[in-house]
Amino acid sequence: MQKEAAIREPLILGHKTYHDVTEDVCRPIEDKAPKMWYILFGIALIIGLYGVGCIMYLLGTGVGVWGLNKTIGWAWDITNFVWWVGIGHAGTLISAVLLLFRQKWRMAINRSAEAMTIFAVFMAGLFPLIHMGRLWVGYWTLPLPNQFGSLWVNFNSPLLWDVFAISTYLSVSLVFWYIGLIPDFATIRDRAKKPVAKKMYSILSFGWSGRAKNWNRFELVSLVLAGLATPLVFSVHSIVSFDFATSVIPGWHTTIFPPYFVAGAVFSGFAMVQTLLLIMRKAMSLEAYIHTKHVEYMNVVIMVTGSIVGTAYITELFISWYSGVEYEAYAFLNRATGPYWWAYWAMMTCNVISPQLMWFRKLRRSLLFTFFISIVVNIGMWFERYVIIVTSLHRDYLPSAWSMHYPSHIDIGVYIGTIGLFFVFFLLFARYFPVLALNEVKTILKGSGQSYKEAPDYHKHH
Amino acid sequence: MSDKVIYVMYDDDEVLKDGAKKLVSKGVKINEVFSPFPIHGIDPIIGVKQTRLGIMAFLYGLTGLTVATLGMRYFMVVDWPMNIGGKPNFSYLQNMLAFVPITFEFTVLCAAHGMAITYLLLNKTLPGMPAQNPDPRTTDDKFVMEIRLNENPSMSEGDLDAIIKETGFIEIDKKDIK
Repeated sequence: MQKEAAIREPLILGHKTYHDVTEDVCRPIEDKAPKMWYILFGIALIIGLYGVGCIMYLLGTGVGVWGLNKTIGWAWDITNFVWWVGIGHAGTLISAVLLLFRQKWRMAINRSAEAMTIFAVFMAGLFPLIHMGRLWVGYWTLPLPNQFGSLWVNFNSPLLWDVFAISTYLSVSLVFWYIGLIPDFATIRDRAKKPVAKKMYSILSFGWSGRAKNWNRFELVSLVLAGLATPLVFSVHSIVSFDFATSVIPGWHTTIFPPYFVAGAVFSGFAMVQTLLLIMRKAMSLEAYIHTKHVEYMNVVIMVTGSIVGTAYITELFISWYSGVEYEAYAFLNRATGPYWWAYWAMMTCNVISPQLMWFRKLRRSLLFTFFISIVVNIGMWFERYVIIVTSLHRDYLPSAWSMHYPSHIDIGVYIGTIGLFFVFFLLFARYFPVLALNEVKTILKGSGQSYKEAPDYHKHH
Repeated sequence: MSDKVIYVMYDDDEVLKDGAKKLVSKGVKINEVFSPFPIHGIDPIIGVKQTRLGIMAFLYGLTGLTVATLGMRYFMVVDWPMNIGGKPNFSYLQNMLAFVPITFEFTVLCAAHGMAITYLLLNKTLPGMPAQNPDPRTTDDKFVMEIRLNENPSMSEGDLDAIIKETGFIEIDKKDIK
């Protein structure tokens, strides 16, 4: 076992044994769901179904039911797409990048963060598909031998790169998540008393037996998958930013976009992780495993990525003036002072100012304050995409074509609906899946558990 | 041929590791260890070799790289060259930059999925497979060592019992197998 410095805060509080870890994680799954779960699930389901209804109406009637017009051809749909993909970046960052850096605190949060990633990417993928208007021809984006139109998809187009990037990201994240889940499902299987639950978890655990050779392979597969997923995290949002950066629209045609989008994605993803985990740790009594130190670490990530995003905003503002291109300069002047000034300043306040408050130790260790900021950041990051997309489009080269975007109730319904569906998935996950990588947490118990660290013989070598 | 298998249970990973060291130094062959989480350092003691799955991942990645390169060359250069702003469409090399993102994504896709599938097949962990751990507690907080009589022909059952007794186990279970 690995020892660590005494001044490091323990990652697992209280006196926990291996068996306690199993108990604490499995009990919420085995017990009856609390009334609150049913209430939240009901609300999320109603909102989600309303969203599905709006999507049905959209598919039946056409994309015209959105508030788009001739000037603004992309608005809430792509804003929501980028917002959800961005949120989906934290999970893989936590489980892959932090694994490569040997950050032990990731073990308490990686499972739920990755679940969040997968569900967020589901929601993201929905938007380009429904924007096609004809959902059933979605497979036309794949390079299949065919007899219609131009023979192949265009491999020079960032939109096609996106198809590959998002589907690779989703499927690799799913595999990474599931390989970690298999041993934990085996734990639940071996504890299950009811026959149906035993059968279900038996299928889900793929007959895992925990042999030494299996664990040897498990560790290598996790490491290699982390190594593969790390460049993937950076590539996905870079490619999403190419959708804009390779165009010639003033305000989009910017080389700073890839790093700026990646930092923004991690920023919003961690905010969403905070929002979800602060509730989950309380609801499922996991305070000993996800505590102030974990929240503080995540707030530091929010602070760093928020500062990168802030620097990028100011850099692109400066460059728009310094470039001497009048269209570029106008696009940014219009963002800050035009009819969408409120969106621009909402974005600036939420994303540039709020993360700077995390420099104060007292604030970044306050759970209530963190929860508040995590919501603020998520609102801010939605506005960022809205500002980039809508304000760049609404005043183009031809003043007679200038226009405004007003969302229709279908725009709003689809967006709110995806939030509902996301919570439906997440609540089902929290109810039936081990929300903590319980067997991985056991490996750090002796090195980072409070009662072990405080024991008198901790610093003696065996 | 009949055989006898001995399951020795421990309630701590360090105790099992020390016990395994002691047993192996006395010439006992440990057939298998079942644990709820990876016990670091157990593999060299009981003679489990480092897996070569990493090499497989590299090979799957190379396959993906090759398929993506050949595929895009065929689609975009050989079969149906597209005129995009008059850019050269007759050569893969001159167009290569536009193909980098998908080449990368497809390489990762093949490496990750190829390795994951190989991993599941090698472990024999697939949907519907039966669990083979000797005791349900080995996925919770107990650690079990499996020793087979046939694999230790130089020792009698009594000899083995005597050595195992010194390792601080909590439970022992014996089973006859055909």
